[in-house]
Amino acid sequence: MPEVSMTVNGKPAKGQIEGRTLLVDFLRDTLGLTGTHVGCDTSQCGACVVHVDGRAVKACTMFAAEAEGAEIRTIEGMAEPDGTLHPIQAAFREHHGLQCGFCTPGMVMSAAALLAENPTPTEAEVRDYLEGNICRCTGYHNIVKAILAASGQDVSRIAAE
Amino acid sequence: MYAFEIDRPNTLADAVKALGAEEAQALGGGQTLIPALKQRLASPARLVALSGVAEIKGICTGDDGALCIGGGTTHADVAAGAGAYPALAALAANIGDPAVRNRGTIGGSLANNDPSACYPAAVLGSGATVVTTNRQIAADDFFEGMFTTTLEDGEIITEVRFPVPEAASYQKFEQPASRFALVGVFVARFADGVRVAVTGASEEGVFRWSEAEAALSKDFAPAALEGLSLSGDGMISDLHGSGDYRAHLVAVMTRRAVAAAG
Repeated sequence: MPEVSMTVNGKPAKGQIEGRTLLVDFLRDTLGLTGTHVGCDTSQCGACVVHVDGRAVKACTMFAAEAEGAEIRTIEGMAEPDGTLHPIQAAFREHHGLQCGFCTPGMVMSAAALLAENPTPTEAEVRDYLEGNICRCTGYHNIVKAILAASGQDVSRIAAE
Repeated sequence: MYAFEIDRPNTLADAVKALGAEEAQALGGGQTLIPALKQRLASPARLVALSGVAEIKGICTGDDGALCIGGGTTHADVAAGAGAYPALAALAANIGDPAVRNRGTIGGSLANNDPSACYPAAVLGSGATVVTTNRQIAADDFFEGMFTTTLEDGEIITEVRFPVPEAASYQKFEQPASRFALVGVFVARFADGVRVAVTGASEEGVFRWSEAEAALSKDFAPAALEGLSLSGDGMISDLHGSGDYRAHLVAVMTRRAVAAAG
């Protein structure tokens, strides 16, 4: 079996893979990083979104072998080592941006990718960017509100509908 | 998924060599092929991932003014970097969702030739040239029907050369679940005439609507399309829309594209 090595959340990681091993399975099963979720396994839902060399990618639709040498960031790499939440995570908590929480890792990673390329998005831009992230609790209003808050914008006038 | 070996060459030469192996298949961004593999709709013995081949990525302008896009360039990079051809950049920016656009590539999309994909409409509508490891193929000769192209085994799309039109627009009526085009129409006006390419509608894949092209070449205005219509025969008919509905949408989206191109 071939070996793959990459950097995951700033630390070197390697393991044995098959050709067909998906990145999400390598993260979850080999590295034990189960924060990245598999919702649909058909690249629709976005629960498996991680960053590959700084870009949001659906980890269920990329082979682990293709991540050789890449910098991967997962939801486990967002909070500070002492447990202090990343500002996006803190905003999700503050604004009730999650209900069951299953989609949240992907939502947070997509939001982080958005804010990295567009630090102060409009509400429409946030909704557009989340096109590939599905929340079955229909919590979109508060998710959008949380992301706008994390971008430093005043969300006091955005009603929680 | 059935088991397979995977290669990840760093040069085009190594990729061509790897594709010479028995039952080897090229892997672009994988946004179509990986779901197909999961459903066991494909069972290659070996995949040759092109994502490590830097020489087929990137965008530049050719000596003749054409916009040249490497076959391994992602939709996101085309959206951000094809500013010289705004209709093409806009098309790329509306494929799938952001995470899909960060992996999917123009070469992969064209080689797959999904009958509802966006890029084939841009390539055919622009009269672009598909450059491969073996030859240059005019858009009019490249597409050969649903999921079929003139590409031969082991041939890799290295570049697509788009002549930049005076005005152009792509209008997509999305199938709301998949975000693929239920019908998408690409209209491009060049000094020597207008091209109209339609995706999502025909059972034969992307096609040119020649009657609309003739009318628009005389008068580039939505009104020039009045009275023109297509038959629903041979159009895709499924739970999302009948053939007649798709034929009707082609005319609607063509008018919208002409209006948007201005």
